Amino acid sequence: MKAPLSVRTIVTALVVAGLVLLPVYSAATGNVFVLTLFTRIVILALAAASLNLMMGYGGMMSFGHAAYLGIGGYAVGMLAQEGIGSGFVQFPVALAASATYALVIGALSLRTRGVYFIMITLAFAQMAYYVASGLARYGGDDGLTVYKRSDFAGLINLSNRVQFYYLCLGCLFGVIFLIWRIVNSRFGLVVQGLRSNEQRMQAIGFPAKRYQLVCFVIAGTMCGLAGALLANNTDFVSPAVMYWTRSGDLMVMVILGGMGTLFGPVIGAVVYLLLEELLSQITEYWALIMGPLLLLIVLFGRGGIMGLLGRLNRG
Amino acid sequence: MLLVVEQILNGLQFGLLLFLLAAGLTLVFGIMDFVNLAHGSLYMMGAYFAATFVAWTGNFVLGAVLALGATLLLGIVLEFTALRHLYGRDHLDHVLATFGLILFFNEAVRLIWGPAGLALPLPSWLSVPVPILPGIHYPAYRLAIIVVALAVALLLYLGVMRTRIGMLIRAGASNREMIGALGINIKLLYTLVFGLGAALAGLAGLMQAPILTVQIGMGENILILAFVVIVIGGIGSIRGAFLAAIFVGLIDTLGRAFLPNLLRQILSSAAASTAAPALSSMLIYLLMAMVLVVRPEGLFPATRR
Repeated sequence: MKAPLSVRTIVTALVVAGLVLLPVYSAATGNVFVLTLFTRIVILALAAASLNLMMGYGGMMSFGHAAYLGIGGYAVGMLAQEGIGSGFVQFPVALAASATYALVIGALSLRTRGVYFIMITLAFAQMAYYVASGLARYGGDDGLTVYKRSDFAGLINLSNRVQFYYLCLGCLFGVIFLIWRIVNSRFGLVVQGLRSNEQRMQAIGFPAKRYQLVCFVIAGTMCGLAGALLANNTDFVSPAVMYWTRSGDLMVMVILGGMGTLFGPVIGAVVYLLLEELLSQITEYWALIMGPLLLLIVLFGRGGIMGLLGRLNRG
Repeated sequence: MLLVVEQILNGLQFGLLLFLLAAGLTLVFGIMDFVNLAHGSLYMMGAYFAATFVAWTGNFVLGAVLALGATLLLGIVLEFTALRHLYGRDHLDHVLATFGLILFFNEAVRLIWGPAGLALPLPSWLSVPVPILPGIHYPAYRLAIIVVALAVALLLYLGVMRTRIGMLIRAGASNREMIGALGINIKLLYTLVFGLGAALAGLAGLMQAPILTVQIGMGENILILAFVVIVIGGIGSIRGAFLAAIFVGLIDTLGRAFLPNLLRQILSSAAASTAAPALSSMLIYLLMAMVLVVRPEGLFPATRR
């Protein structure tokens, strides 16, 4: 099965190399915009990768993943507002807040399955959205400006574009490495077994819900990290980050790239966001093309881009 | 007293409107096993069609009927060209494809009608308050919504439970292969059900249009509420959708109306005025969480499979 140099491996390697070398290109051409664009892409790829752990490996179709982006972001924004600018406080708080939220939401949502699960995670994310809209002290509907990026005591300067980009990229690769380790661990195998056949796994004696909940919390925490980075990237956080169409975007990235593949979500995020950027440069009404395109991808492109590349290899 | 009656009626009216949306959603899910996120877009299209046709014909009722027909047709075309190829696929595929449709519809509306919202003015005979109890007046139009929605709910019940088509629909829900084998054109039946769901969504949209502005994205907020309704009621169950819709409508409306005052008695008024709006928007989600903890399949799960 394992060809040493499949099309998939080559494409993945090219994408990774491209991401690593991007600041060099940006510096050589003086094109700052491309670096800003790709910082956002890398952060959302991180969010998509975490969703993939839950959805692709765990089989839990969460439609409320954007909530963690908001929670991570608000943790940074609120602490900054209250005068706590240190990243050593902000980031752990962002992760802890996301993990706590995931624990509560997961414990409730995992009582249900199938479409109920999709809808209940969606509804909880909407709830988080309304809570954020009601936070009058922190901007409410209008959102919260983060005047100062997280301060890492001179270790790394988040206001420096290149340093910030590499921090995000490092986080992305770190998370992917972690996911790789998780997926190939005993825990990961149990979770994937539960995806295939929950009843059988339970019959063998695995406490299904407990394993799924842990997977849910890990994925949520990872996405909280993406949220904290995103707030630093835009210097702003607002309820709109948690709006359910954002969760939809993340889902699209995962499925477009290929669910249950390690680098699929990264490729999905790059393709989706570049396509969005490209189409919006051609026409103001880019969604008019993007919408039917999604429909076509679902109708004809099973397994996403990774699936397509896998087929290329064989035929 | 007056306020309480008025708010209860408002809640009932909102609940019935939610039912029209949720009924279509739950029918399509119960029978075709299809998750339709674009249901909210059909609601939006109903409102836009109504605003256009009423302005065009100059007659509210005629415009509404035309809009209803247009949404029905749109639903049928949508099912025929795209969605029928997705039956039997993974739910995730449904979510993704209909998510794409939402993007498409929102953008198409922006292209055709422009980004600004439309207003749908009421005819004079519907905009007067009518006395319902001695000393209590209620807007005629909201009363009309209640009457129409109740009538539709009754028709839907009779249609599904008492007619031949309704029997086929129920049979299709319990075993699609079998009724196909018995010589029923199941594809046509599915198209019909989808069209019906679309028309119900359109009806809800066009009735809501004069109360709120007709605008892009109006379908998305209410779609989530409709989801909450069918999750509470039990997916696939029309009876559950009806009861849950009224329940959610009442709780949401009454919560928004009375929670601020209630909170003010416990908390300081500053804290109450910050907490109240967030808490009243959260109320139905809390309710849903509670229902799911007690009954993960909803209050009235459809007994099939």
